[in-house]
Amino acid sequence: MKLAQFGSGDFLKAIRPFVGLFVVLLLFMMDAELRSVFFKGGNFKTILTQTVIVATGAMGMTMVIVSGGIDLSAGSVVALCSVVTARLIEQGHGLAAVLTLTVLIGGLVGLANGGIITAFRMMPFIVTLGMMGIARGISKWLANNQTVNPDEPLESVNRLMDNSQSPLTFFPLPDGVWLVLGLAVVMTVVLRATVFGRYVFAIGSNEDTARLCGIRVSSNKIAIYVLAGVFFGLAGVMQFSRLTQGDPSVAIGLELQIIAAVVIGGASLSGGAGSIPGSVIGAFMMACLANGSGIKDWPNYMQEIIIGVVIILAVGMDKVEPILQRFFRRRT
Amino acid sequence: MSAADSSALMPRLRVERVAKRFGQTVALDGVSLEVAAGEVHALIGENGAGKSTLMKVLSGAHCPDAGSLMLNGQPFEPSDPLHARNCGVAMIYQELNLAPDLSVEENILLGREPVAFGWIRRGERRCSAMRALEEIGQPQMPLDAPVRSLTIAQQQLVEIARALVGEPRVLIMDEPTSSLTQVDTENLFRVIERMSQRGVSVIYISHFLEECQRVASRYTVLRDGRSVGSGAMAGATLDRIIQLMVGRTVDEIYPRTSRSIGEPMLELRGVAGLAKPICVNLTLHAGEIVGLFGLVGAGRTETLRAVFGLDCLAKGSVTVFGGEDTHSSPAKRLAKGIGLLSEDRKEEGLLLGRSIADNLTLTRLSLLTRLGIVNGLVQAAAAGKWMAKLDVKASNAAQPVGELSGGNQQKIALGRLLHHEAEILLLDEPTRGIDVGSKVQIYRLMNELAGQGKALVFVSSYLPELLGVCDRIGVMCRGKLSELRPVDNWSEQEIIRAAVGQAETGEAA
Repeated sequence: MKLAQFGSGDFLKAIRPFVGLFVVLLLFMMDAELRSVFFKGGNFKTILTQTVIVATGAMGMTMVIVSGGIDLSAGSVVALCSVVTARLIEQGHGLAAVLTLTVLIGGLVGLANGGIITAFRMMPFIVTLGMMGIARGISKWLANNQTVNPDEPLESVNRLMDNSQSPLTFFPLPDGVWLVLGLAVVMTVVLRATVFGRYVFAIGSNEDTARLCGIRVSSNKIAIYVLAGVFFGLAGVMQFSRLTQGDPSVAIGLELQIIAAVVIGGASLSGGAGSIPGSVIGAFMMACLANGSGIKDWPNYMQEIIIGVVIILAVGMDKVEPILQRFFRRRT
Repeated sequence: MSAADSSALMPRLRVERVAKRFGQTVALDGVSLEVAAGEVHALIGENGAGKSTLMKVLSGAHCPDAGSLMLNGQPFEPSDPLHARNCGVAMIYQELNLAPDLSVEENILLGREPVAFGWIRRGERRCSAMRALEEIGQPQMPLDAPVRSLTIAQQQLVEIARALVGEPRVLIMDEPTSSLTQVDTENLFRVIERMSQRGVSVIYISHFLEECQRVASRYTVLRDGRSVGSGAMAGATLDRIIQLMVGRTVDEIYPRTSRSIGEPMLELRGVAGLAKPICVNLTLHAGEIVGLFGLVGAGRTETLRAVFGLDCLAKGSVTVFGGEDTHSSPAKRLAKGIGLLSEDRKEEGLLLGRSIADNLTLTRLSLLTRLGIVNGLVQAAAAGKWMAKLDVKASNAAQPVGELSGGNQQKIALGRLLHHEAEILLLDEPTRGIDVGSKVQIYRLMNELAGQGKALVFVSSYLPELLGVCDRIGVMCRGKLSELRPVDNWSEQEIIRAAVGQAETGEAA
């Protein structure tokens, strides 16, 4: 009955990403070399810091995917916003202004995405594919096709992703990690418990039903893409902080990593399923795999293969379950 | 063929004490059935009685745990649907299984294309398709039209034609008329008759008992996975069959308590949509049930959708509670207390993947919300209340709606209007494809709602229920609504004549 609170009775599906993470950690535990290096507080601090950008993007992407859409412009928006952050710091703005304005730019891109998708009833895949090019182009334009290095660094922004303080212990964690954790809690509540969140699931499950039930589908969709853009903008600030420079050619293919995290987290690309904790765990699991491969000194291609296999496994579970369910549903 | 002589003595298909269980659930618990060659055999039972499982056993989708199947006196153990089909047992499923973008011809021969050296022999395919269509008396069907462009009734006929290509000896039809109108149904019955004359045995599954009586010569009733009775249709009364089905007597299918008709709540004046309807005038009063009859495509659904703001309203005016309010949206209509039950609960009416609680409360989450947060416990309690009220069979309020049977799904869709406390209920085919028990519960509920002073519009293609439930009935034909008359002033023939557009002369008098 407790699960009824969350509007889904599928307990197994809800904990699947956690089980997946547990399995990965268990496998790492069995390897002597990994055991001695991987499971150290300082290393976990590194992994968490490496998770921040993908996790931030994944929170926005989860909203979009649950509503039955997709946003391919995420990586480009992150690059654009990292350049915007650099330019704003160059002009001497403070932390609050930098965050607000950058996030606003991300939201504007989302507004364009959502507006075009709903106004012309276009496929989100196509619109955001176009926006991926547009945002990438604008960021290169804004950066004069080179990296932007502010002369006077803004310490509060740089600290977001700085894990160099006492590198051997878990605490203190960089500000960005705390920000992501806080946002994850807020967004979990938003997606699970608010009326808006229920509408997101309703739209993703069946748009016609949502319309029948008096949900204003278009305005809700626009809100979803704007919110996603806001998160990509924030991820852009994190991206800047990581490199301490605005780089217009950074984060190429990041949207696919973000989508992978969301899908590993239990979301269905056909909409109506997904969760914020799952997506964040998905991002964390990918960072763990990358980190573990690094410790083992496996070449880059090995990492790519492993992460690819994990994605297919995660989605495979997503496909096998409905088939089983349908099989049992048909028995009467 | 000497085998033909002996097959006259033995049944075409014999099912003996077949049992099947899934985990803890017993789906079939000893079902026996005998179908002779050329016989139309009605298989009757409520949802969950085991009809679908039995059909899946026959068509090879499931393997029985116990019991035996005999086809033409030979043991019949289909390993999969293709094997069953090759043995001469073909199945037409309740949900259409056509490829919507392929043509009629391609669909009919799908998977059985005549092939030479890897190339499809188009001429031969066309001949086979035409032969199959002729066999069911539909030679005029456009062979090159994509199936998507056909009506549901035509699609059904394509499906039947497809089943005939393999020259089946047993044809299983699962609820073939659930989305057909009376005229299309008559058409289908002629097709069934034809097949039966050609010696094809037909197992006919339907909730419409009148249909079963009309089309079948024998019947078997399933209840709780057991065959509880069978015999010749001619010697059975409807009451007897219903009693077998539900295990109790249904003395009153259509309850009717006296109710007082109140003020007008909804008035439509010359309402027209973009294509349909063309002209609808209707006044709906408090405490009244108005029935709309018509053929599929007459514009009944479109009328409701236009009034509810789902589709564009091109002409005319809508007056709600005495104030004109013509152009609207579903959100505004719901805010005014108008609710629509969709005719298609799977595609539009329900969020199949979401919980019962979410589906019941979606239009009025505000009742369960504090500071923007939906209170899950309050929501579950509200859902529990409606589930009890509507007698929904489910494990709990968190169960996804898609796992429920059709009747229970429909109760959830209706329950949403109750939770919303809609004053005007637009019900589009509320009893389509659900079991008799659930139907009776829905009729009772409609009667109760009207008694509370709510106003109902009841769209149906099933005349007896309209006559049984409604106060007034109007007939739609080609987008136009006839005058509304009290039920007692219509005869069945008059209504059907009006529906096919032959009533103008009689009506003028």
